[in-house]
Amino acid sequence: MSKPEVAIVGIGMHPFGRTPGVSGQDQGVYAVREALRDAGIEWKDVQFAFGGSQAAGHPDTMVSKLGLTGLQFINVANGCATGGSALFSAANTIASGAFDLGIAIGYDKHERGAFRIKTKEQGLGDWYGKQGLALTTQFFGMKINRYMEKHDISHNTLAKISAKAFRNAEHNENAWRRQPISEEQILESDMLSYPLTKFMFCSPAEGGVALILAKADQAHKYTDTPVYLNASVVRSRRWGSFEVMAPWIALEDSVGPSVDTSKAAFEMAGIGPDDIDVAQLQDTEVGAEIMHMAENGFCDHGEQERMIQQGETEINGRLPVNTDGGCLANGEPVGASGLRQVHENVLQLRGGAGKRQVPNDPKVAYTHVYGAPGISGVTILSR
Amino acid sequence: MADQVPIEKGLFTWPSEDPRLIGSECQDCNAVVFPAQAGCPRCAGDNTQTKELGTRGTLWTWTVQGYPPKSPPFEGDIDNFEPFGVGYVEIYDEVKVETRLTTANPDELQIGMEMELSFIPLYKDSEGNDVITFAFTPCEV
Repeated sequence: MSKPEVAIVGIGMHPFGRTPGVSGQDQGVYAVREALRDAGIEWKDVQFAFGGSQAAGHPDTMVSKLGLTGLQFINVANGCATGGSALFSAANTIASGAFDLGIAIGYDKHERGAFRIKTKEQGLGDWYGKQGLALTTQFFGMKINRYMEKHDISHNTLAKISAKAFRNAEHNENAWRRQPISEEQILESDMLSYPLTKFMFCSPAEGGVALILAKADQAHKYTDTPVYLNASVVRSRRWGSFEVMAPWIALEDSVGPSVDTSKAAFEMAGIGPDDIDVAQLQDTEVGAEIMHMAENGFCDHGEQERMIQQGETEINGRLPVNTDGGCLANGEPVGASGLRQVHENVLQLRGGAGKRQVPNDPKVAYTHVYGAPGISGVTILSR
Repeated sequence: MADQVPIEKGLFTWPSEDPRLIGSECQDCNAVVFPAQAGCPRCAGDNTQTKELGTRGTLWTWTVQGYPPKSPPFEGDIDNFEPFGVGYVEIYDEVKVETRLTTANPDELQIGMEMELSFIPLYKDSEGNDVITFAFTPCEV
C-alpha cells in the first residue's frame, strides 16, 4: 500500500434527520466542536478549513460562531460530491506542505420531499423542469430498471437492501430512520418511480460532519488511533455515460464516473477491491447500492443478486456495505453526506462502532459518492 | 380555439406539418446531441450545426413518475396529478433522448420496443394557450 501523507485525527457529527429549530450551520458548528474535542485541540489550532453546504448558507460565515482566528476558510460546492471535494481539498492542502492541521466540514438542511431542482443551475433549459423531467428519482428508476433486465436482479433483492439499511441504523444513534422495516412492507409501499418504492429511496435531510486532518507523521500528537487517507479522488463524467439530469445520452455506451474514480483511487492507494474490509457506497436508493457494488470493482455485474441474497454485504458478511444505514437510513444532507461515510469508516477502523462494529477486525475501508450531473468521489482509509 | 404553443422555442419545429426535434451535430466528429448546443462534448470542438432528428427509435429504458413533481419547476396539474411515463428513446443512429411517454402502464412498456415521436398538450399558459411538448409513443404493431 502507498505511504499516506495525511491522517484523520478527529471526527465529529451532528445527528442526521430532522432537527427543528436548529439551523444547518449550527449543526455544522456542533460537528466541528465534537471533532475538536475528539482530536484534543482548540479552534485556534486549526490552520485552514474547507466547508460545503448546498442549501444552508455559506460555511465560511461559521467563523463568527467558532472564533475569528483569521484562518484560511474556503467554501466548496460540488453537488453530491461536496463533502468528498472538501476532504480532497483539505487532504491535498496538507500533502502540498502548505499547512499541517486543518478541517473538512459539511452540513445541510433541505426542505421536505424530493430535491427541488433549479434547472438553470444544472445548465438545463426551463422546459426540462416544466414538463416534469427534472427529478433525480426518475434517473434512479430508469437506471436500475435497465440494469435489472440486463443483469437479472430481482425485486426482492431491491427490498433486501432497504431492510439491511434500516436494520443497521437501529444500532446507530446518529441515524434518522432506525425502525426495521420488513421486505414485504418495503415492496408494498407506494411506487414512486418504477421499480422503486417509497421505502427504497433516501430523503433529503439535515445534519453535519467535521473531520480534522493532520500530516501523517504528526498524527500521534493528537490521537492513539489515527486513520490514514490512502486515496481521495473526484472525477466527472465522460462521453457516453448515463447520468442524472441528462436530456440526452450519446449513442455509444461507456462507463460512468464511479468506475473511473474507483480505478484511480485503487491505483493511488496501491491496493485492489479484495483488500477492502468495509465499504460505504452511495445508496440514494437501493438500485444505486447494487450498481455501485459493481461499478466500484467489488463484484461483476449481476453477481450482486447472489451476494445480497446470501447476506455477503451484511455487517457480519464478507464485505459489509453501508454499516451505519447509509443514505437510506440517514437521509442525504448533500454537504455532509460524503463526510458521514468517512466518519463511519473511521469509527469502524478504530473499533468504535459499538453494536454495528464489523467483526472482521477491519484495516482498510472505502467510501464512494455519486451525484448530479455525473460526478463521483472515492476515499480509501487505513489504520 | 386556443392556440398551441411550444414549451420552448428551438426545442422542436413548431408549427409544422411534420414536427421534428431539433438537435445539433458536430461537423468534425458527427456526434449528435439534444437540444442543440454550440460546442461538441465528444471532441471538444466548436463546429456544430442544428439537425432535425429522426422520429423513430427504440425504448432504451423507462420509469413511471408516480408522485407529483415539485412546482416550480413543474407546470403540470398537481391537484389532479396522473402518473406519467418517462424514458430514453434511442433514435436510430443519432442519440438517446429523454422524453415523456404517452403511457404510464408498466405492462405496455418493454425495453427495446419500437417508439415514435408525438406531441402532447401539457398545461395552459397564462394567456390560455395549450403548451405543447414532445412525447414518444409505442408504435402500432
